[in-house]
Amino acid sequence: MHPEIMLAHGAGGQLTRQLVDDIFLKYFNNEALKPLADAAVLDFPGCRLAFTTDSFVVRPLFFPGGDIGKLAVCGTVNDLAVSGARPLFLTVSFIIEVGMPLNLLEQIARSLGESCRDAGVKVAAGDTKVVEKGHGDLVFINTAGIGIIPEELDLGQHRITPGDVIIINGPVGNHGLAVLLERENLGLETGVSSDCAPLNGIIAKILREVPNVKMMRDLTRGGLATAVKEIALGAGVDIWLEEASIPVDDAVRGAVEILGLDPLYMANEGKFIIFAAPEEAPRVLKIMANEPLGVRTAIIGRVAEGKGNVLLKTMLGGTKVLDLLAGDPLPRIC
Amino acid sequence: MKVLERYNDPDLGKRMLSRVRSLALETVNRLGRPVMLMEVCGTHTAAISSSGIRELLGDLLELRSGPGCPVCVTSAGDIEMAVNLARLPGITIATFGDMLRVPGISSSLEKERARGANIKIFYSPGDAVDYAGCHPDREVVFLGVGFETTAPLAALSVEDARKAGLKNYSVLSLHKTVPPVLNSLLAAGEVRVDGFILPGHVGAVTGSRAFEFIAGKYGVPAAVAGFATLDILAAVHTLLQAILDGEPRTVNCYPRVVKEHGNRQAQNIMAKYFAPADVHWRGFGKIAESGLRIKKEYCDYDASFKHDIGVSPPAPKNPCRCGDLLKGKIYPGDCGLFARSCTPATPEGPCMVSSEGACAVYYRCHRAEMM
Repeated sequence: MHPEIMLAHGAGGQLTRQLVDDIFLKYFNNEALKPLADAAVLDFPGCRLAFTTDSFVVRPLFFPGGDIGKLAVCGTVNDLAVSGARPLFLTVSFIIEVGMPLNLLEQIARSLGESCRDAGVKVAAGDTKVVEKGHGDLVFINTAGIGIIPEELDLGQHRITPGDVIIINGPVGNHGLAVLLERENLGLETGVSSDCAPLNGIIAKILREVPNVKMMRDLTRGGLATAVKEIALGAGVDIWLEEASIPVDDAVRGAVEILGLDPLYMANEGKFIIFAAPEEAPRVLKIMANEPLGVRTAIIGRVAEGKGNVLLKTMLGGTKVLDLLAGDPLPRIC
Repeated sequence: MKVLERYNDPDLGKRMLSRVRSLALETVNRLGRPVMLMEVCGTHTAAISSSGIRELLGDLLELRSGPGCPVCVTSAGDIEMAVNLARLPGITIATFGDMLRVPGISSSLEKERARGANIKIFYSPGDAVDYAGCHPDREVVFLGVGFETTAPLAALSVEDARKAGLKNYSVLSLHKTVPPVLNSLLAAGEVRVDGFILPGHVGAVTGSRAFEFIAGKYGVPAAVAGFATLDILAAVHTLLQAILDGEPRTVNCYPRVVKEHGNRQAQNIMAKYFAPADVHWRGFGKIAESGLRIKKEYCDYDASFKHDIGVSPPAPKNPCRCGDLLKGKIYPGDCGLFARSCTPATPEGPCMVSSEGACAVYYRCHRAEMM
């Protein structure tokens, strides 16, 4: 175990996992927390609630397709939505650095408010802290969210069985690439925008028609590959993905070729995967493909008997093992 | 993106693969022994693994990595020089991200950064020059790592710094050139290489003629290759055909990007600011005229001249076998540290640090079948 925190501990891969296991769970694990799912599912008298939190430290604050305010709403709304909940209320906490221009903060607040209206949620409580210059990097935001899970829903990796198919609502890597290009000013003109969007609308439609889907997960940092690997390990199955079926925008494909990055490991903020029994898949696909947030919906893989491996069938017909991210993916040198 | 799509087309790829497999079988049968092709550059190693080519040809051919990963061939002693620089007051080290985690002798740049050294990641040396311009109070040193693909940019950065009249920018040149290390490999004859898959990006700068000597002087076939699936398969096909014919030749299999004489502008700017130097390569020791040092008349922009950091100290012996790997003597799995004490999270050597180092690639893509 490294004696100091490194940036890679926040990348969402192996080191993050180790940190959570070795430092946090050691001291405050409990039944509610144990599943380490997108949101905690909590039993209350007469209902089940989903409860989640997320912090947003993205740089730059503004990027094509969004900003930290929009991200702060969508990130938490989506964690609730993939847990099967109807998102209801958020709390918002700001940690602001001295010197942050007020007009920027106002732009962020406006965007946050608009995103709440789009997602149909309300901010119910908040907090503001200001820290000295040099101690905060302009602004950090935390949101916590709560929603109600309909009684009949039973989503989770315990339901995943060999034969299930995996469906995604569109192309991967857009958010990660858009933010990287904006932050590093790499001079690549791609027109790529973040896919940041609230998914509770499309998910509600799916659950209304096909309440029997097995599980959903929204894809954030660490990308599709990391999410699938965590599920494979948690559910104790192998997962096969088809490279040719995974949607990737042309502009993203071109940019990652040059930079030496892998879109399967890059962050998304408007993408989710569903695990469904094969006989349910056609109905799910139909519903999703009719939605603006499901334009390139595709079946990308299948669950098989196994022990937690994720295998990618390459375009050529070979097999590649996908593992958890080892560190921070960095563009290559040459 | 139509070009990319075409050269990665799954159907064409499968048909090409089938032809390559037949040719490989014929070649191995004719020669009566294993056939070894060397993937000189890390980008090829990564592409061959992630496309599935390694898995689909590995039963017929030996595909071994070579010395074409600039991070991997940087010696621990050279990293230690960068570490010493990072410790000097007022210095900002500008580096490519991959270099951060490479172990030096006493430390790494990542560890120094965690201890407070000012080390910034840049994707191009031009950005480091801009940074130096905006921060006249900092002494900016760009860590110049890379082959002929990045050296021209480093040279251009010196030109930009001169034009801007900057006094606080210099380059620590650890740049190296590819033809000399291949010459050294062939001259030593430690490993029998039946054919070379040559780096297309380097070739774009040097021109395919820079590699004529491989076939001309040493009688070994060589193919300058691109990085899409069909590019690589075409190069392998070309090499196998040449081996079968007994007619060694250096072929440009990437003509849409690589020309015979290469990129003159890039060559000119390199020649303006750099002179060849005898430098140390991990695994190879010193190779004559294989590195690029900044010319004496531009010593104000040469970090090794400007700052007192001594010479690159010799690295102590350790069980890491990156050196043997870079020469094509072993596969990553042959190193006793692989996936044991040496993993991407806890690397012992640079081949595991660089995302295109052979060990990191094999760990990512082939670990399951290796263990």
